[in-house]
Amino acid sequence: MTTIETHDYDILIIGAGGAGRRAASEAQQQGLRVGIITKSLLGKAHTVMAEGGMAAAMGNVHSEDNWKVHFRDTMRGGKYLNNFRMAELHAKEAPERVLELEQWGALFDRTKDGKILQRDFGGHRYARLAHVGDRTGLELIRTLQQKVVSMDIDVYMECKVLKLLKDSEGTIAGAVAYWRHNGEFVTFSAKSVILATGGAGKSWKFTSNSWEGTGDGHAMALWAGSELMDMEAIQFHPTGMVWPLSVRGLLVTEGVRGDGGVLRNSLGERFMFNYVAPMFRAETAETEEEADKWYDDHSAGRRPPELLPRDEVSRAINAEVKAGRGSPHGGVFLDIASRRSAEFIRRRLPSMYHQFMELAGVDITREPMEIGPTCHYIMGGVKVDAETAATKTPGLFAAGEVAAGLHGANRLGGNSLSDLIVFGKRAGEGAVSYIAAGGGSGKFKQSDVDTAIAEALEPFDRAEGENPYDIQRDLQDMMQANVGIIRTGDELEFALGELEKLSDRVRKIKVKGGRAYNPGWNLATDLPSMITVSKCVAMGALNRKESRGGHTRNDFPEPVAEMGTVNFTETSKDGKWDGAFKIEARPIPTITPELKALLEEAK
Amino acid sequence: MSEITMRVWRGDANGGDFESYTTERSDGEVILDVIHRIQATEAPDLACRWNCKAGKCGSCAVEVNGKPRLMCMTRIDTLPEGPVTLTPMKTFPIIRDLVTDVSFNYVQAKKVPALLPPPMPAEGYRMFQEDVERSQEFRKCIECFMCQDVCHVIRDHEENKENYAGPRFFIRHAELEMHPLDTNDRRDFVREEAGLGMCNITKCCTEVCPEHIKITDNAIIPLKERVVDAHYDPVAWLGRKILRKTKTSATDAAVQPAP
Repeated sequence: MTTIETHDYDILIIGAGGAGRRAASEAQQQGLRVGIITKSLLGKAHTVMAEGGMAAAMGNVHSEDNWKVHFRDTMRGGKYLNNFRMAELHAKEAPERVLELEQWGALFDRTKDGKILQRDFGGHRYARLAHVGDRTGLELIRTLQQKVVSMDIDVYMECKVLKLLKDSEGTIAGAVAYWRHNGEFVTFSAKSVILATGGAGKSWKFTSNSWEGTGDGHAMALWAGSELMDMEAIQFHPTGMVWPLSVRGLLVTEGVRGDGGVLRNSLGERFMFNYVAPMFRAETAETEEEADKWYDDHSAGRRPPELLPRDEVSRAINAEVKAGRGSPHGGVFLDIASRRSAEFIRRRLPSMYHQFMELAGVDITREPMEIGPTCHYIMGGVKVDAETAATKTPGLFAAGEVAAGLHGANRLGGNSLSDLIVFGKRAGEGAVSYIAAGGGSGKFKQSDVDTAIAEALEPFDRAEGENPYDIQRDLQDMMQANVGIIRTGDELEFALGELEKLSDRVRKIKVKGGRAYNPGWNLATDLPSMITVSKCVAMGALNRKESRGGHTRNDFPEPVAEMGTVNFTETSKDGKWDGAFKIEARPIPTITPELKALLEEAK
Repeated sequence: MSEITMRVWRGDANGGDFESYTTERSDGEVILDVIHRIQATEAPDLACRWNCKAGKCGSCAVEVNGKPRLMCMTRIDTLPEGPVTLTPMKTFPIIRDLVTDVSFNYVQAKKVPALLPPPMPAEGYRMFQEDVERSQEFRKCIECFMCQDVCHVIRDHEENKENYAGPRFFIRHAELEMHPLDTNDRRDFVREEAGLGMCNITKCCTEVCPEHIKITDNAIIPLKERVVDAHYDPVAWLGRKILRKTKTSATDAAVQPAP
C-alpha cells in the first residue's frame, strides 16, 4: 500500500458552516491545534441559505422580551419533545453570541437608536430575529469565515470524509477522507472530532437542501456507535417551488400568504377552507369574505386558513394533489397576482418577485406560482449532552443541524442560526475540556483506514453496474412518496423494504471515469449515508404512532399523550451502513420545576 | 420539450477539448439544470461546482459563451439560439472540466488585516443604519470570483497575481476601511500590498457582479481617493507625519491577534 497523506490535530472539525467555524474559533482560542474539513469551498455551506435572521431575546425592539419567553416559545414550537436544558441554554446564551459577532465584523440592520434591529417571525412572541435584510445566513457565514481566516486555522477544502476512525479502546481517533481535486486519500488523527455536517434533506425529491445535505454526520456518528434521536421529525415547508425544474424545492416565503396570497387547486378552488382542523376552527375564517377582511383589519374577521401552521397547510396541499386536483407538475397554485396590485407585490415582496422573474421566468404580478411542500430541515440528529455537545462515543461531539434536542418535533424559524453559534461554541469548549481531562489518543487502527478506502474504490473495480445518479433519483422519489409530509404505517413498512432493495443497488454501483473531481464517484460515496439516514427516519416514523410537529401519520392523526413523553433513538448493531439498526423509546428527562412553571404560564 | 446542445470544455491541466452534449430541455431551465441532466445520463464524471442553486453561494461560476456567469442563474432562454459554450474561468488554473483552482482568492483573504474594533461595551456597540450601509453593500458579496475572473490585470497577466488583490478584495478592504468599528488605517496596505494602483477602473468587475455591487464606483474609486489624500496631498501628508497613528497601521495590525 502506498503512503497516505496524514495530518495530526487535537481537534478535527467536520463541516465549515456556522457551527463548525464557531467551534473551531473557540477551540483554537483556547490554544488547541484545530483543523476544519469541508466538502465544499470555504464560505459555501448551507448556512448561506438562511434568510430571515437569528433569534435572540435581546429585547431591542420589545423590551418585554427575555430568555424565558424565548425558551417557552421554543418548547411550544417543538411540541415539548425538546431537550429542555438545550432550549434553556440556547435562549439564555443567544444574545451574547449575537453581540460577539459584531466584534468580528458582522453588520446587522439597526434600530433608530443604533442597536441591532429585530424582526417578527412565526412562533416567536416578540420581534426577536437579528438580521441583515434577507441575507442573514451570508452575514453569519462571512463573519465566521473571516474570523477563522484571521486566526489562521487550517482548513481542508473540497475534502470529503468517508468514515470516523477509533482507537483500540473505542475512542474517537480521527477520520479518513479523500481530496476532491485528485481523488487521493488522506487521514487525520485527532484526540477529538466535532461533527458540524448540517442536514440530510437531499434524500427527498423536493428539497430546499443543496447536494451537500446527505446526512454524512448523522450516518458516521451512528456507525461509530452514537445514538440518533427524533429522526422522524422533518420540517416540510408548505411552499417550495415545484416548477420550473430550475427552482424545484426553492423556498417561497410565508410572507406571500401573509400579504394576501391564497392557495388554489386545479379547479381554481380556494381549498384551505376544507382543511380546518377542529382545534383551529374557533380562530379561523369560514368564508372567503370573512378571511379577506382580516388582511386590512385583524378585528374585522378571523384569520384566513392559508395562515394555519405549516404542517396543516402542507397536509392540505398533499391531500389536494392526491385527490387529483393538483397543478400540472404535482403541486398547487399560490396566487397573489389576482388579489393584489402589481405595484403592491413588487414593493412588499421584492426578493420573491426577482427570484421568480430571474429563475423561473414567472411574473408573480401576473400569474400564479406553482408550489408544494419542500423538505427543509431535520430536527432529529445525533443525541448530545446539552452542556458539552458530547455524543455517546467518547471524543465525538456534534453541533448544529446534525445534533438533536434543541428543536424537538418542530423548529421555529430563526432558531437555527442561533443554534449554530450557541452550540458551536459549546462543542468547541466540550472538546477542549475532554482533551484537558486526558481523553483521546489519536491512534486509529490502520486496518479501518484500509477497509474504508477499499470500500470507496469498489465502484471503480466492477466491470459493470448501475449509475449512482439513477439510484439517487429512485431514492428521492421513494422517500418523497412514502416518507414525506404525510405518512402511514403501510407506506413506511414499504419504504423500509424499498431501502433494502436500494442498498442492494448501491452495492453494485459502477463509477465511470477517473478519481479526480468526479461527481459520480462522490455521489457513490454519499449514498451509504443517505440510505442510513433514510432508514432511521422511516424507523422513527413507523414507531411514533401519533402526529406531532414535523411528523404526521394519516393512520394516527392526533398527538398521543404517552408518545409525548419519549424520544425514539436509533443505534447501529454492527457499524455498517447497510447493517441492522435498533430503535428504542427513551423517556424524555423530567423538566425542572422552575422551567415547568414557565411553560405553565403560557397555557 | 426542445433540445439544447452544450459544448463543454473537458480536460485538465494537461489539456483538453470541447465535447458536445445534446439533451432535452424544458421551459425556464437554467444551465445548471442541463449540466445536471448530462451528469445523470451521459457523463456522470463531468466536473462542475455548485451548492445552493439559488444564486446565494457563488459556487457555480463558469464562462458561458466567453462571459462569466452563474450557471444557476442563467436561463437558457435568455441566451442566443444555437449551441452554448461552457468553459472554466480563465483567470484560475484548471482542476478538471469546469472546475478551477480558486485558491488565489483564499491566499488574498489571508493577507487582509482583520477588523480592529474598540472594546465592546457591555450592552453592545451602537451603530447607525446610515453608517453601516456602505459596508453592508460590500458584504453582499457571494464570492463567486467572477470579478476576479474578468479583471484583465490578472486575467491576462499571471505575473501580477503576486502583487494584486483584485476587485473582490478591494471591496473587502473598502468594507473594512468604511466599517464603523475599524480602527486600522488601511491606506498604506491597499497601495503597497494589494496593488490598488494597477486597477485602471475599466468597470468590467462591476458589470459581472451578480449582486450588483458597485465595485468600481463605491469601493475602488473611494479607496483610490483615500490613498491619494494620504500620499500625494502635501497638507495631509504633513498632518500624518505630525499626528502619526491616529489609526493603527494595517500592516502592524495584521500581526496582532483579533479580539
